[in-house]
Amino acid sequence: MASRAYRHSLNGSLLEPGHTLLEIEGVVLAFGGINALENVGLSATQGRIHAVIGPNGAGKSSLLNCISGLYRPQRGRIELHTGQGRHDLATMRPHRIARLGVARSFQNIELFSHLTVLENLMLGRHVHMSRRLVPSMLWFGPARRQEIAHRELVEEVVDLLQIQAVRHRVVSSLPYGVQKRVELGRALCMQPALLLLDEPMAGMNVEEKEDMARFILDVHELRGVTVMLIEHDMNVVMDLSDRVSVLDFGRLIADGSPEEVRNDPAVIEAYLGAEAGAG
Amino acid sequence: MATATGIHHRSYRSELALRQTKAERLRLALVVLGALAMPFVVNVYWLSIVNTILIAVVGAVGLNILVGYTGQISIGTGGFLAVGAFTSAIVYERAQLPAVVAIAAAVLLTAAIGAFFGLPALRLAGFYLAIATLAAQVIIVFVARRWDWLTGGTGFIDVRAFELFGWEVGAGLFEVEWYAVLLVVAGLAVFAARNLFRTDLGRSFMAVRDQDVAAAAMGVNVTRTKVMAFAVSSGFIGLAGALTAHYTQTVSWERFTLDVSILYLAMIIVGGLGTIAGSVYGAAFMSLLPPVLTAASNAVQGSVPTLAEQLPALQVTVFGLVIVLFLIFEPRGLNHIWQRVKDYGRTWPFRT
Repeated sequence: MASRAYRHSLNGSLLEPGHTLLEIEGVVLAFGGINALENVGLSATQGRIHAVIGPNGAGKSSLLNCISGLYRPQRGRIELHTGQGRHDLATMRPHRIARLGVARSFQNIELFSHLTVLENLMLGRHVHMSRRLVPSMLWFGPARRQEIAHRELVEEVVDLLQIQAVRHRVVSSLPYGVQKRVELGRALCMQPALLLLDEPMAGMNVEEKEDMARFILDVHELRGVTVMLIEHDMNVVMDLSDRVSVLDFGRLIADGSPEEVRNDPAVIEAYLGAEAGAG
Repeated sequence: MATATGIHHRSYRSELALRQTKAERLRLALVVLGALAMPFVVNVYWLSIVNTILIAVVGAVGLNILVGYTGQISIGTGGFLAVGAFTSAIVYERAQLPAVVAIAAAVLLTAAIGAFFGLPALRLAGFYLAIATLAAQVIIVFVARRWDWLTGGTGFIDVRAFELFGWEVGAGLFEVEWYAVLLVVAGLAVFAARNLFRTDLGRSFMAVRDQDVAAAAMGVNVTRTKVMAFAVSSGFIGLAGALTAHYTQTVSWERFTLDVSILYLAMIIVGGLGTIAGSVYGAAFMSLLPPVLTAASNAVQGSVPTLAEQLPALQVTVFGLVIVLFLIFEPRGLNHIWQRVKDYGRTWPFRT
């Protein structure tokens, strides 16, 4: 259970746990002559942690970028179930997708570097806030009330991720591991229906990795947020996730529980082959 | 940056206040006192310069919203000032509508035209965008000069005395009365801009500046935000243009050339990009530079006569030199210098 009473739910999905949240079917993405994704199909379930793994260049980030609208696949469907209808994300612009509750972090931190931690987190509330020009310029009245109301949720995220001490610091002045945490926080502030994490532990030492894994589990277990994450570290993936999809050269080569995937010959070959080649 | 200690907020409301320490409130009180005392301290000549500073403050704040806060470069400021000035003059002079209506029309029309010329920003950035906004500058001034209906093809309009709710501003002590009006308007403009950047709208501008991809992924409509930034920025600049028209009681295209665009860019660079206070400091600094140089060269006329003879050349040289020196030694501008002074005081006698 939560160590203290949180008043806001961070889970933005209306679906019951166990329902299909995201259905990807026949997605094809090509850059020039290179096929980044070939006919990829998988589905994510509400209330689970879904990992996407694969060797370098397998198309994991491309898949995430397709879901969040930064890339537009040439073919295929990416359907999000909101509980009030279905939306094909494959043809939508990124800010529309964000409005449906798809939040994400980036592989190379993409924070708003000149802003403070709080301002970054408050931008996570953007989709839930109104921004009419005249009230904003007047400040007193609706604008201030709105700032305070959303600040309360933001402070819960600050508390959850233990970044109280740095909340007024400019993010570019913070250490790498803390920046990663702020990025997770910014996505959480959206109250996401689906949280996409692109290598949340890349470049971290063991301790930072353990912290981050703990935060992801908290977010998932305490706050019920559905997570789809990309990760290189196999141990982390096997410990965290309920379901694992494996990509290799843009194709889906395995999809199942961590045990199933671990023993899948195609996965072993892709990984050992890639590692042997790289090492 | 050093932060004050010993301040414990008990509500978000108090934490969100702009002034939190006694020192900050004291400084604000001193600034207000100084502003109120100004007309009694300086003579009419210097008060007229203060008035032009106050108008420049409005324009510089507007340009900083676009360049400093949203990261979209514009060298069309002169053109947008012209839109504001001509609109207000025409509405006030020909349609004989109240001054408030004329100024509101100027603000709205400049915002609309600014948004239109901001459309290239959806595709262009940096130098390319700067050149696209140069088009706004050239086209607008050309239209003002040549459009018969607008200015009779001369580019000049005379404006009758400024009347605000039945009060003819400047009928008595011209500069003092205008000072009162401009002080209020500039104060409100600064306050409005300051507020903008502690709300979501302003934050979305900064998000687009810092990381447009991440901004889109957080739900910021980047297209809309850029156009909005151009509109808001141009609205402020249009207001500055309208004030110029009424204050000088004449509108001439020569006041809105490319030089003016560069001057405003210089103001926000010298003052500090992305800071409202910096816009004020920069506007004051760049507007004071020519008269201070003139006064200085007059003072030493007896001993160094060449200085007074070469005054125009000297002014241009110093203008360029100041920008270069700021870019090299303090790219974050006067605002950052003032910030460091405050930090020094806060931590004294310890070094930061």
